[in-house]
Amino acid sequence: MSGYFLDLVAISSALKVLLFPAYYSTDFEVHRNWLAITHSLPINRWYLDATSEWTLDYPPFFAYFEWLLSQVAKYVDPKMLIVQNLNYASEATVYFQRSSIIVMDLIYMLGVHSILAALGVVQSTQKHIAGSMLLLLNVGLIFVDHIHFQYNGFLFGILFLSISAMIKKRYLWSAFAFAVLLNFKHIFLYVAPAFAVYLLKFYCLGEGKFVQNTIKLLAAGLTPFVLSFGPFWQQLPQLMSRLFPFKRGLTHAYWAPNIWALYNAADKVAVSVLGRSRDPDVPSTTSGLVQEVQHIVLPTITPSITFALTVLSMLPILLKLFLTPTREQAKLVFMRAIVLCACSSFMFGWHVHEKAILMCLLPMCLLAVIDHRDAKFAYILAITGYFSLFPLLFDVDLLVPRYSLYMAYVAMMYGQLERVYKTKPSIHILEWIYFYGFIAIPIYEHIISRLLGLHLSLPFMPLLLTSVYCALGVTYFYVRYYLYAMDFQWPPSFGKRRRVTQIKSSVSKRKRKVQ
Amino acid sequence: MSSELIATVFVAISLRSIISMSSYSGFNKPPMFGDYEAQRHWQEVTFNLEVKLWYTNSTRNDLQYWGLDYPPLTAYHSYLLGHVAEKLNKSFVELYKSRGLESKEHKSYMRFTVLAADAFIFIPAILALSIFMDRTFKKNLRQQMQLLFAIYPGQILIDNGHFQYNNISLGLASVAVAALLCDQNYFAAFTFTLALNYKQMELYHALPFFAYLLSKSLSEKSVNSAVKELTKVATIVLFTFVILWYPWLNSTHSTAEVFHRLFPLGRGVFEDKVANVWCSINIVYKLRKYISNHKMALICFGTTLLAALPINVHLFFRRSKYTFILTLFNTAAAFFLFSFQVHEKSILLVALPSFCLIYWWPTEMLWFLKVSVFSMIPLLKKDNLLVPTVALMIIFRFTFKNWVFKTDDITISKRYFKMSIEQVSEILMIATLLAFLLIEPPSRFPDTWPLIISIISCGHILIFLIWGYTKQLT
Repeated sequence: MSGYFLDLVAISSALKVLLFPAYYSTDFEVHRNWLAITHSLPINRWYLDATSEWTLDYPPFFAYFEWLLSQVAKYVDPKMLIVQNLNYASEATVYFQRSSIIVMDLIYMLGVHSILAALGVVQSTQKHIAGSMLLLLNVGLIFVDHIHFQYNGFLFGILFLSISAMIKKRYLWSAFAFAVLLNFKHIFLYVAPAFAVYLLKFYCLGEGKFVQNTIKLLAAGLTPFVLSFGPFWQQLPQLMSRLFPFKRGLTHAYWAPNIWALYNAADKVAVSVLGRSRDPDVPSTTSGLVQEVQHIVLPTITPSITFALTVLSMLPILLKLFLTPTREQAKLVFMRAIVLCACSSFMFGWHVHEKAILMCLLPMCLLAVIDHRDAKFAYILAITGYFSLFPLLFDVDLLVPRYSLYMAYVAMMYGQLERVYKTKPSIHILEWIYFYGFIAIPIYEHIISRLLGLHLSLPFMPLLLTSVYCALGVTYFYVRYYLYAMDFQWPPSFGKRRRVTQIKSSVSKRKRKVQ
Repeated sequence: MSSELIATVFVAISLRSIISMSSYSGFNKPPMFGDYEAQRHWQEVTFNLEVKLWYTNSTRNDLQYWGLDYPPLTAYHSYLLGHVAEKLNKSFVELYKSRGLESKEHKSYMRFTVLAADAFIFIPAILALSIFMDRTFKKNLRQQMQLLFAIYPGQILIDNGHFQYNNISLGLASVAVAALLCDQNYFAAFTFTLALNYKQMELYHALPFFAYLLSKSLSEKSVNSAVKELTKVATIVLFTFVILWYPWLNSTHSTAEVFHRLFPLGRGVFEDKVANVWCSINIVYKLRKYISNHKMALICFGTTLLAALPINVHLFFRRSKYTFILTLFNTAAAFFLFSFQVHEKSILLVALPSFCLIYWWPTEMLWFLKVSVFSMIPLLKKDNLLVPTVALMIIFRFTFKNWVFKTDDITISKRYFKMSIEQVSEILMIATLLAFLLIEPPSRFPDTWPLIISIISCGHILIFLIWGYTKQLT
């Protein structure tokens, strides 16, 4: 590893340490509770215990991981390991849990280093520096992991290690790592289709030993599942009901910026335009409770509709990946397919969390330093995606940090992309206008709504605005990037073609002059 | 605006706002609390009492409890903040009742006022300073200088952690330096007077300003225009003073009262362990036991002048902008080492000119800046800010490795020599810090480690003063 990479590791870790005293969400208590459950209860009670409302709902590997952590935790503050000690948060507990994320992030950094190498980004080049900065100092991870409190960093590390193994033709390792990842957090199912198609095409079918390879692949891929779920085979239905709780609503309390946010908003607008009153017994979409909701004007969406839409929307890019002839070409298509699969699930999925956007944002950081066209889309998504995480950080003391960290990051990203490609990212004027539109949201939230007293009568308005405005950006990104990844030209670029012909003609003129 | 500039500005604000979430001086330490309570108490006093009574001991203004001891501009600032506080929540500034107030809401407000000073005074000031440094000395180092200011842990930890408003006085002083660099001498005199009226510690910077402006005025072609020039500068300074001190000028008694508050001889030559000469001498020879405060003050005055005058006389006769900055550094260091009633935080006044000296001696000045933070560690430990201190130092250390500044004027071997000395010093500082944290001092000498830290820092600063002297006089 070269000097600056290690410097960035140190800087990034130190920045995370600075965030120790920051506000944390209920996810902190969730993980404390899991530490307590795995430490204090026998293994067959792990997925049954309901002392706290934050029951264990991650796959077993994550539970084992919490058990391992608890072996250290008992030396730090044994009181955090008592199941009944709800909302226990001594200083030692906070420091321990926060630093466990920072330590686990070393796996993430390893993953970043490995995937940059696998993608052929040479060390000490501007591309490598930019890629390392964008990923190691990633503001999304800082928001979600180090302020809000979650363990996404090391999971993305495993994802990156798995992708780099795939690119380096270590298919079995890749499948194994990905299966391990799924057993840590099943949300990574979002990107599983891309892995499945790539393995099918280049491993099972590509090497001419279909049966043999398929058996090996299944062995590598299923081993983690056996290790993970084995001890729980008698209570699988109970475990599954914890992992896939379909009792939740179409959208989360804060609408993730996807199609359904726009759909909900359209429904609200339609209600007020048509003047139809709401049935008082049915919870409204913005009531802040996690439960099933019904639309009033537009048809209500069921889980099967979202599932069908998600699968259908993934098909084109998966087909494209399958039809890509050589591994060399497939490398980029695979990366894009991961982003697009994640984004499809994000756009159409049932009860999507806003944090899931990280699954698009982080791989886009890699694509941004590889191809300048991807870089432009990465920038559009970055502006929107990181902004959409703000509602997670609502504490008063976090307002200045959230805006300034965001601004510092997107400005740094712009500068780095400019350095890598020696030219400014080609952002269209309308896209700039959209970007500047984001300024209106904080102005409304902190100034206008308070001056007019709207923060009392319409308390969810800023959330709704953030969600809908970001949803526009994410949808725009999704459509444009999908078309780009499928090699469609959009918008039809007459202007560009003309410029090319002009250059050609001027070149030929110059040639004539020389002659 | 370039993206680098935007990124730097927001990095500066992010770090400051993140440190704001940490603890502050005197948190949960009744009955006196600390600087945070002092600032809040000043808001309370200025908000509730008439202007004339701000500096006067009375039943409504107990000067023993954090009485106002900063110059009028600070008092006006507190007055302004007191009014805003009252709008937000009356209990913030209620007379007597608000003493020792500690709530999350109030902390957010207080922290926000410091951030506002950063955003509207300090950051614009350093941007101006860096731009005029580049223009005056025809170099292109402003981005590095801005980043250095943005992440320098010392100022962040004292203002946004410990709790003070050095950013205002340092910001005003930076504007004065910038104005002086671009030959706006009247404006420089004005802003420096403001800085001096915000914090009397700015006296550390006063001599070089005086010497430079005097020399500049006297260098006019004719005696007539020299006198005219001098009168103008003097009028600006005096006029600013009169306006700011107006409420206390009607009787010599009240003026003397304010004066006495600003320079309290009774408080002794130093309070806590501080990295200056007197505190170091005190180990072997108990100054406070053998020498009276007044006599000590005279000794301090004499030695400080002895250390600071020669370079300022040099500046007067050999005036140049480069010499000015060097003199600013040397004078501030001399004041820090030898003057009376020095606080740990005053090292920030030496740090300010050292940022400018980065243009010529990056290695030395980065080293000095590290020492300056190290010298404040006992204070920061007391405020429960050690974790953020170490984290910020790591960020600082790894952002500014030697490759950030490409110096080509020194030979490789010389540079290698300097770097190895610096590394020895760095290891010494890290080892001392670890010992401070891990090794329990003997119960008879509980202050062993703070004292050792002070002596090491004092030695370093003394060497830097000698270094600065040789650079200036050769």
